[in-house]
Amino acid sequence: MDYSHSLLSAIIFLPVFGGLFLFVIGRENKAVIKGIALLVTVLDFLLSLPLFIKFDKAASSMQFVEHYKWIPTFDISYYVGVDGISILMVLLSTLTAILCTLVSWNAIKDKVKEFYISLLLVEGFMIGVFCSLDMFLFYIFWEAMLIPMYLIIGVWGGPKRIYAAIKFFLYTLIGSVLMLVAIIALYLHTGTFDIVKLMSMALPYKMQIVLFWAFFAAFAVKVPMFPVHTWLPDAHTEAPAAGSVFLAAILIKMGAYGFLRFSLPLFPDASRAIAPFMTVLSVIAIIYGGIICFSQTDLKRLIAYSSVSHMGFVTLGIFALNSQGIQGGILQMINHGVVTGAMFLAIGMVYERTHTRQISDYGGLADVMPIFAAFFMLFTLAAIGLPGTNGFVGEFLIILGGFTANKTAGVFAATGIIIGAVYMLNLYQKIFFTGVNEGIKGLKDLTIREIVTLIPLIVLVFWIGFYPNAFLSFMDVSVGKLIVRVSADSLKAVLNVAVVH
Amino acid sequence: MTLKHVLIPALPLAAFIINILFGKAILRTKAHWIALIGVAGSFLCSLSALSGVLSGHIVNEDLFTWITSGSFKVSVGFLIDPLTAVMLIVVNTVSLLVHIYSIGYMHGDKGYYRFFAFLSLFTFSMLMLVMGNNFLQMYFGWEAVGLCSYFLIGFWYYKKSAADAAKKAFIVNRFGDFGFGLGVILIFLTFGSLHYSDVFKNPAAFAGQTIMICGHSFNLITVIALLLFCGAVGKSAQLPLHVWLPDAMEGPTPVSALIHAATMVTAGVFMVARTNSIFVLSPTAMAVVAVTGGVTAIFAATIALVQKDIKRIIAYSTVSQLGYMFVACGVGAFSAGIFHLYTHAFFKALLFLGAGSVIHAMEGEQDINMMGGLKKHMPVTYLTMLLASLSISGVPGLSGFFSKDEILWMAYAHGGGIGKFVYLLGAITALLTAFYSFRLIYVTFHGGFRGGHDKEHHLHESPQSMTLPLIALALGAVAAGYVGIPHILGGHDSFAHFLAPVVGEAEAHGSLSQEWFVMISSIVIAITGILAAYYFYIKNTKIPEGIAKNFSPIYKILFNKYYVDEIYDVLIVKPAYWFSGAVINKITDAIVIEGVVNGLPTIVEWFSRRLRKIQTGIVLHYSMFMAAGMFILLILILSKLYTGRF
Repeated sequence: MDYSHSLLSAIIFLPVFGGLFLFVIGRENKAVIKGIALLVTVLDFLLSLPLFIKFDKAASSMQFVEHYKWIPTFDISYYVGVDGISILMVLLSTLTAILCTLVSWNAIKDKVKEFYISLLLVEGFMIGVFCSLDMFLFYIFWEAMLIPMYLIIGVWGGPKRIYAAIKFFLYTLIGSVLMLVAIIALYLHTGTFDIVKLMSMALPYKMQIVLFWAFFAAFAVKVPMFPVHTWLPDAHTEAPAAGSVFLAAILIKMGAYGFLRFSLPLFPDASRAIAPFMTVLSVIAIIYGGIICFSQTDLKRLIAYSSVSHMGFVTLGIFALNSQGIQGGILQMINHGVVTGAMFLAIGMVYERTHTRQISDYGGLADVMPIFAAFFMLFTLAAIGLPGTNGFVGEFLIILGGFTANKTAGVFAATGIIIGAVYMLNLYQKIFFTGVNEGIKGLKDLTIREIVTLIPLIVLVFWIGFYPNAFLSFMDVSVGKLIVRVSADSLKAVLNVAVVH
Repeated sequence: MTLKHVLIPALPLAAFIINILFGKAILRTKAHWIALIGVAGSFLCSLSALSGVLSGHIVNEDLFTWITSGSFKVSVGFLIDPLTAVMLIVVNTVSLLVHIYSIGYMHGDKGYYRFFAFLSLFTFSMLMLVMGNNFLQMYFGWEAVGLCSYFLIGFWYYKKSAADAAKKAFIVNRFGDFGFGLGVILIFLTFGSLHYSDVFKNPAAFAGQTIMICGHSFNLITVIALLLFCGAVGKSAQLPLHVWLPDAMEGPTPVSALIHAATMVTAGVFMVARTNSIFVLSPTAMAVVAVTGGVTAIFAATIALVQKDIKRIIAYSTVSQLGYMFVACGVGAFSAGIFHLYTHAFFKALLFLGAGSVIHAMEGEQDINMMGGLKKHMPVTYLTMLLASLSISGVPGLSGFFSKDEILWMAYAHGGGIGKFVYLLGAITALLTAFYSFRLIYVTFHGGFRGGHDKEHHLHESPQSMTLPLIALALGAVAAGYVGIPHILGGHDSFAHFLAPVVGEAEAHGSLSQEWFVMISSIVIAITGILAAYYFYIKNTKIPEGIAKNFSPIYKILFNKYYVDEIYDVLIVKPAYWFSGAVINKITDAIVIEGVVNGLPTIVEWFSRRLRKIQTGIVLHYSMFMAAGMFILLILILSKLYTGRF
């Protein structure tokens, strides 16, 4: 049976309905709740596999499209579809959701039911964000996702969870409000919320600039770019493991995805004009986020700041506006999701045993938990971009693209490979080498459930590392199209003003 | 490409995978068999590859496409030409012998399987480095050998010094790789490809081009060459990035022999030789290479004079000898550099393995002042190390003599000031080399034992698995040089001719009598150094102490390695941490950015609080007010813009 005409909706709404279904389960049936959550996430992942297989890599249009009128008065429709840029994010989301469920298995003991409801809702809404081809629909998913995420941090987080959750909420909300204004302005100007249509229109240059900045507010906060990154360390530190993983792997990718889906194709001339500024911010993020890691004493905070640095690479690649930069940027989004997601999973596993995030409380873990040490080493290597791991391919393409666009930026970005090695190897040494710390003696090594959680990510690390073309080939056509769009002659804006009016 | 070529790296890789997965639970004390089979198979395949190359069969084929992105495309593929063939033989010979040696040396270590797993991984990585047919694959091998070096230096990770040394090695190398990586990128942007066959086809076409960096224009080829050389400086431990290699001696001694003497550290020399067609286009880059090599050679040799730790003496000796190889490359005598790389692999690996044998007998003691008179207890170790020392000192008839003399002559005959300058540095270094090498021999093996009675009882020759590799390497230290006897001594200079298709033939601007002068003076220098060491450490042992006392500032500077580590600590490490901790973490991020970015919400919150008079205490309320306010504000602004001016 060919069900691909409603495949995306199934992937988006299976977790949403799964979450709603949990409402009717009695809260004392914790095992049942966990079982259902796992089943839903696994099913959703299986549903997303046909995307991977059936996706036509040669086609430049949106695929698996579903388009239904929703609020005809305002030309709002339920319109979803994926292209080479978003498909990998969908897959990453469905995979991450399984891992989040697994890592929360024993870690979440209170309000189990509510937790898994939130988790499934976050999953569904996130996928909705990546599939939406209607601005209005996009905005609804984008905002809806905030609420369960806010709850995950605020309810199941660490001691300062309320502060962190509110900070997270406020930052993203301010950004979102500006984006909403921009979306409405776009609608008033063009009369449509249809993203695909908008992608072929030419807006007046001044309007492009204004709207670029409005969208920038939303996306830059999400990425997060320097200097609006300070919510991230707090949110990561206080969030439970699953929350951190969702944040690192998917949520902050929405910002970068937003640049690719909206800023570049909708405001190509503004993007070109503002690219140097974005490049500067990206390079600052790479270096600043890296150097600040030297002095972190909290495990999760360190990884959070390293995310700022890694996401700096992503935005650098995107605003290089050339093929290597953007493909590297998208690949690095996946890579960062895999590697940093894995790190937060791993930290969650060890936190469950020790209940401390202070780096100084560890030491000699390689003797106590050798399997864990081996896994963490592999992720560390991927994080510092060792060739053969996914991190290398992404960083190399980004630096290549960045250097092509702006030599100075490329050179400064390349210092990131030194800085990254310093803080990651320092961290590894402090946790795993030297003498065994009293507090960690006798800890049990990873269980089968935990190993199973990490193995898919290890596979991805080496798969992307040794055969990145399996992933790059998905985005080739879409990125090519995007580059044509964004590098078109600057006269276009002037010439086409009349067309829209 | 046939299966045997793929097997060269694939066998050690397979051995690694088997050992890392099953070594701990199943193979345990038999882990070495898997590793041995892997490296021995690889060795046989490389012999066959060498014979193929000797009969004119050069391989250059792609295995699969690694990365494609827009116009960028790079494959994984192999190039087996004379240069690669030499490296294959060097790597696999030393690796095989070190594997055998380690069976005895690492016996009983709790990480036995892990050790052999990483030896296999290293062998694989090094083979990938030398066999790659493009720059990115070289970079892959380059980083992978660095990783193995990290794992093996920190093999005894529970020792803080070992873990520190491993980390230092990796990070210092990253400084070099920073340049190397940018060089690779610039090569792609210049040549449109990273494959050697495309890049080396006609680099001269780009000779005159310039590149703008920070508003200044530089010669493009010079910039590329110098960026690549940054990587070589890191990997081959040249000034100013040499600091990691002596510390790397924290690793097990077989590792020092394989990685930090014979193979990995020579990767920089290999890289410069591989890219010779780029380097020769830039006299500036060549001069930088030659001078860096010459200065490093003498710098490290002076430090080696006064060190007490047997492995550190040999480590500084390695830094110094690598300097020689760069001198050769810098004066355009790439084949002489590779020739020295090849002979050095034998005698330096031998010195390290001999030192390991001594340390084994001394139960971990590494201070040569605690040794003495070992020759009667360990005759095989003594004799083989003596041969290695004669070879490195440049005594006629041994391998080291031929290769070192070739370098000195090429430097002398290079013509121009740079050549003469580096010749002078090299000649002085030769004197120092002979002296410190025989200081080590005399203090360790001659005289009386100074380590106390208890230890003396335990002194013993090492088991056969250790002495046999010593003997095999000693054969190399003596005879390996006979493939490169110069014309002046009635030979055919076969080694240089073999490599000539890859690295070209160096021109020597000198007469026959000058060549004799250089050769005879090297012989005199070598013998002088050895005799001086004999006089100081056998005849009149009070002299060294007297010198150390009378020239104590100089002695201190040398003993403390010119305080380079301390200088780096003050200039780089401490400021970086201070900047991170005191400036960024405490001030910029916590006060400035948080203050400014949070400022807006705070002001809005303050207003909403005033307006409402009643504090609900729920920040969400404030935020909703704030959001609504901003929303209205923006709609106004935007609609004004939209209706008014667009």
